[in-house]
Amino acid sequence: MSGRATSRVLIVHLAVIALLFLAQFALPAYHHTNVARIMVLAGYALGYNILLGYTGLMSLGHAMFFAAGMYGAGLPVYYLGLGAAGALAAGIAAGVLLAAVFGLIALRTSGVSFLIVSLMFAQAFYLASLYFNEITLGDQGFILSGHLAPLEFGGASLGFHEPAVKYNAALLLFAASLLLSLGLRVSPIGRVLIAIRENEERTRLFGYDSFRYKLLSLVLSGGLAAAAGASYALLFSYVGSTFASILFSIYPLLWTLLGGIGTLLGPLVGTGLMFYLVDVASGMTSAYLLVVGVVLVVLVLWFPQGILGTVRAKWLPWLP
Amino acid sequence: MSFWPHLLLALLEGTVTAFVLALTALGLSLVFGVMRIVNVAHGEFFMLGAVLAWFCANLVGTPVAGFLFAMIAAPLVVGALALAADRLILRRIDYHPEGTIVATIGLLYIIQQAVLTLYGPDARPVAPPVYFTLSFPWFGYSGYKLVVAAMSAILLAATWWLLARTTLGLYMRAAQQDLEMAQAFGVPARRVYAMVFALGAMLAAVAGVLVVPIQQAHYLMGLDPLLLSFIVVIIGGLGSLKGTLVAAFVVGISDGVVSVFFSPTLAKIVATLLVAAVLVIRPGGLFGEERA
Repeated sequence: MSGRATSRVLIVHLAVIALLFLAQFALPAYHHTNVARIMVLAGYALGYNILLGYTGLMSLGHAMFFAAGMYGAGLPVYYLGLGAAGALAAGIAAGVLLAAVFGLIALRTSGVSFLIVSLMFAQAFYLASLYFNEITLGDQGFILSGHLAPLEFGGASLGFHEPAVKYNAALLLFAASLLLSLGLRVSPIGRVLIAIRENEERTRLFGYDSFRYKLLSLVLSGGLAAAAGASYALLFSYVGSTFASILFSIYPLLWTLLGGIGTLLGPLVGTGLMFYLVDVASGMTSAYLLVVGVVLVVLVLWFPQGILGTVRAKWLPWLP
Repeated sequence: MSFWPHLLLALLEGTVTAFVLALTALGLSLVFGVMRIVNVAHGEFFMLGAVLAWFCANLVGTPVAGFLFAMIAAPLVVGALALAADRLILRRIDYHPEGTIVATIGLLYIIQQAVLTLYGPDARPVAPPVYFTLSFPWFGYSGYKLVVAAMSAILLAATWWLLARTTLGLYMRAAQQDLEMAQAFGVPARRVYAMVFALGAMLAAVAGVLVVPIQQAHYLMGLDPLLLSFIVVIIGGLGSLKGTLVAAFVVGISDGVVSVFFSPTLAKIVATLLVAAVLVIRPGGLFGEERA
């Protein structure tokens, strides 16, 4: 990518972040919280996209990384009274560790086998979170408010129940995830990952150890998912095993597909759109997951590139 | 009860689980073996079989008639649904491996939510067609469970006969070995694919019908058989029917033993760790072709 193209890409992404920052002053309270939630979940989808979009590995088990971040952050807060910064770090560490161990086993397979194995490991993680319900409190979960000390920041005390703190913390995390993804995308490592996606055999012939690159991509992807899970726990004050269930592995796939696989802003667009679709549908019917099913089938049949993928193909070829 | 009667109970439970699992997983394995696609909605076909069995039982007076009616009607309805899914979705995306997975995940939610709307959120029981108890000195065992095992064995044998002795079976095996060569010899690939997809779904539906007198019909009941089938298919090696059968017995019986002695949740976790162990030793599964 030439210098000018890179700066154009950087400007677009910084503009999106700036827009999200300004939006908090205009949004009504209900949407204010929703957008905060969307940004955290979009961070999760960004992590997912590193593996699917840039490395070409489809996982059906990312909920285990999200939940590992959630429990890694939530349990020490609940039982030991750990502070927010330490909890975030613990959550990310838990996700990274799990992704590394999982990768060492599961990356021995590829294609559909990898998919099935990821689904099963995530299910084992979910069942384990139910089985050890004396510690995790199972699907009832636990609430963090009252256990989490407010952030002390230059003399000011920032409680996580305040909407502004929530919103800006979510934005900070999203921006960090987005810029990290962008950095990866334009770095030499990112190019090797894309080469693996396009033709793994040939990449190996060039002398790249594809296993190590795939493992790195999985660990980064799991780390971002865990960061999103940890901040979800801290910002929305709840930890429960529902977030480890299969549906939460399907969601990032759906968001990424809808927004556009392998686009950087696609995960944000997909997450936001799907969030409001499900929000509207669940107001009308108890079978709101029907929307999820129909969107998946429609995307596969008529819209495989997703929204930003189509935009890129038709109008903006420089969009990363 | 002391240890040995417990073990006997565990082995009995495990054997029944293994037979039903073999039937369900065989459908998944067949679809993968011939078409090279993974059907994530497979568990929902199982669930549909169970729910249709409940409807059949309510339409017909006696449990025996209802059971026989369901054994025929449920696979036909589910098979027709699978044919429609093949025609309307899978064929259009040219059986693209990842696209199929996403599409069948979509199908999973569509079927599940449709059943939730039409049938409701309750778990409903169906009376077994035969009722007798096998009495051991230590415990009585439901005779119907043995009927389930026997019926499964018959259906497994019938599937084997279909594959080994009929023209359709020959086409299926030819398509599995080398699709292009098979087409060159005049095997109608599209029809064979449609038939395989329907047959896989019907096997799951029949397993659902068999299981419903033991386990109530519920719209979320498809998940466990799906995951267990995945475990079986991975351990046995994707696409290997022999591997599927062997693995179904390993997983089914160990599931029974761990469930009886410890807990069903732990049994599922153990089965998954078993998969991890197999993958570390043999990435292609126990009987899989070496093409990881």
